[in-house]
Amino acid sequence: MLEDSPPPPPYRPNRRAVLGGLLGAAGALALSGCGSLGGKPRVREWNLFGGGDGARLLEIHKQYVAEHPNVQFEAHTLAWGPPFYTKLAMSAAGGRAPEVATLHLSRLKGFSPTTLLDPIPVDLLNEAGINESDFLPASWNRAMVDGKLYAVPLDTHPFVLYYNTDICKKAGLLGPDGKIKPVKGVDAFVDMLKAAKDVTGKYGASIETTNPWRMWWTLYGQLEGKFFNEDGTQLILDDAKALEALDLMAKLAADGLVPRSANYPALVAQFSSGDVGLSFNGEWEVTTYQTAKMPFSMAPFPVVYDVPKYAGDAHTFVLPHQANRSKDDTKATIEYIAWMLKHSAEWAAGGHIPAYQPVVTSQEYLDLKPQAEYRSVAPDVFFDPDAWFSGSGAQLQNEAGAAFSGVFSGQSTPKAALAQFKAATQTLLDTPSPV
Amino acid sequence: MTVQTPPRVTPGTPATAAKPETGKPWKERWAGLFFVAPFLLLFAVFLAWPTVYGLWNSFFNTSLAGVKQEFLGLQNWREMFNDPAVWSSLKNTLVFTAMSTPPLVIIALVMALLANRRGVLGWLLRFSYFAPFVLPATVVTLIWVWIYQPGFGLVNGLLTAGGFAEIDWLNTDNRAMLAVVITTVWWTVGFNFLLYLAALQGIPAQVYEAADIDGANGRQKLFRITLPLLSRTTGLIVVLQLVASLKIFDQIYLMTNGGPNYATRPIIQYIYQNGFTNYRIGYASAISYMFFAIIVIVAVLQFKLFAGRKEADA
Repeated sequence: MLEDSPPPPPYRPNRRAVLGGLLGAAGALALSGCGSLGGKPRVREWNLFGGGDGARLLEIHKQYVAEHPNVQFEAHTLAWGPPFYTKLAMSAAGGRAPEVATLHLSRLKGFSPTTLLDPIPVDLLNEAGINESDFLPASWNRAMVDGKLYAVPLDTHPFVLYYNTDICKKAGLLGPDGKIKPVKGVDAFVDMLKAAKDVTGKYGASIETTNPWRMWWTLYGQLEGKFFNEDGTQLILDDAKALEALDLMAKLAADGLVPRSANYPALVAQFSSGDVGLSFNGEWEVTTYQTAKMPFSMAPFPVVYDVPKYAGDAHTFVLPHQANRSKDDTKATIEYIAWMLKHSAEWAAGGHIPAYQPVVTSQEYLDLKPQAEYRSVAPDVFFDPDAWFSGSGAQLQNEAGAAFSGVFSGQSTPKAALAQFKAATQTLLDTPSPV
Repeated sequence: MTVQTPPRVTPGTPATAAKPETGKPWKERWAGLFFVAPFLLLFAVFLAWPTVYGLWNSFFNTSLAGVKQEFLGLQNWREMFNDPAVWSSLKNTLVFTAMSTPPLVIIALVMALLANRRGVLGWLLRFSYFAPFVLPATVVTLIWVWIYQPGFGLVNGLLTAGGFAEIDWLNTDNRAMLAVVITTVWWTVGFNFLLYLAALQGIPAQVYEAADIDGANGRQKLFRITLPLLSRTTGLIVVLQLVASLKIFDQIYLMTNGGPNYATRPIIQYIYQNGFTNYRIGYASAISYMFFAIIVIVAVLQFKLFAGRKEADA
């Protein structure tokens, strides 16, 4: 067989056409990836709940997702404290933040709300059925910056007393109603720890000695100590009162009533294993101990000194700054916040005292035991000092932790620790505010 | 050293001398640039530009919060020189480097000498020496925090069984750094070990044969042949290890968070605290540049030292 010319090759796409086509297709995909073209509004939530409260949040979110099939919802839990705030600040500084995030109320002013947060559209909030009158005036006012609402309070979380009912019964610390007998004054407080220690044979109470800010701030608050002057420019710490609180902390450790050294996981482990009869901590580990099926209950932290004050803070919802905030997403976000507030009885089951008053007065909440046992302290929650370097997980707490942990371990005297903490605070005060 | 074998020449392939580049048409020369362009672009965007931008920031009060930015001149730099926390954390980094580098080099060498053998034992040693290195920092620190734990940790268990008092390793001023160093050695010695092992296996067997014929004993072979032939590798390992140790952050952040009372806080953690926890990017940049200069000086000094020795060898 002989042919004059080879047959024309079947059509083969040339390389450039293929590459060009692929590039175009990729571009189209990338474009359609932006914005919620699917029609579903998107709500991405970042939170910092890693304790027992985080487990509770997952359950609540499951219910939210089941009830809202038309919302594209994603929740992410990040490591508590500096890692969380660092990531949130960076995402907001870049304008590519999630739709909603949790934030400690004590951190609000230090978080540069005007640049890193978007104000809450109050009209949308009202539309979703949430009004100013649903909150205590104090918590609502704290969420305002320069006359604009930047945060919606979710809860309040005071420093409380956990007690092991079996151990405390043997120690004779329970009243006839099975609840711990309220103690008042330093001597009664120390006696209570001694009684618990006699039963456990190890310690009386567990406490986070590596970060004892909450303990010290509670005691200092109960002594009616002041921290900054009115306009927040001067440190007016009362040395005598600060030392009195530190001396008590040193004494507890020296007498073996609390461990000389324990970090947060150790604090939880010591209470759940029965090494201690009491535990001083925020109220957010309820779920952890309930899951462990241990006999325990909770009460307000004892009034060791003059007035009832309890170190604490509040969680809020904020809208981190987005460069192009979508109307639909924002509406869905506000509706998410409203839904969470109305379901905060379930949140309260994780330990926190709800900020949304209709829930606080509901029978469902009042029936929660032991969560309703300490609800009375909400008005006496003692917030951290007001400064850009202060608040939950901020530098001031870290400085206190560095200085005061030595008081427990015995590596530092109360006097030296206080001097170090005051110097560190003064340095922070002298530093020009970055917000 | 004159132990190199002559280069093998495969018959058939002429020993081509590379053509001088100058003769090539411009199109071919540009083609080369075209191929490295993707890398150059990434290099410029993610390394060169941030480096310049960081230096620029160190003269401003740049804030992570994105508020007003003012030119400060040398104010950040002046603040840095008067900030005791900068110097105490820099000291911690240097102490860690001084404590961790010698064991990481010497133990790696000893392990390589032990594992440089055939058979199952050699395989087992090589595997177990290198295994910790593949673990991520989070896992390593989790394991060691438990090991150091007072009350039920392994180390304190051994101490009390031996009749000694318990030590709260991670919460005691002058023990915490030692604890971190021990963890680091356990974790990363495998990498240096691997470098030494590769170098050991590169020493030709005939050198040892010749030594045997001359009647050298094991000790002489080790000190007169093995160690001198490893000196280039040792130089490389020391430089890599110094730079790696100076960059200490992960283990300390995860094990002690810089505590107790900042006794282990390395300079990088202080930079992180200023830049991210306190939003002070400008000030953090200034400290970073000071630290960058120190690392560059150390690296250059090392290279000079070893380059000098190489010339002396030749």
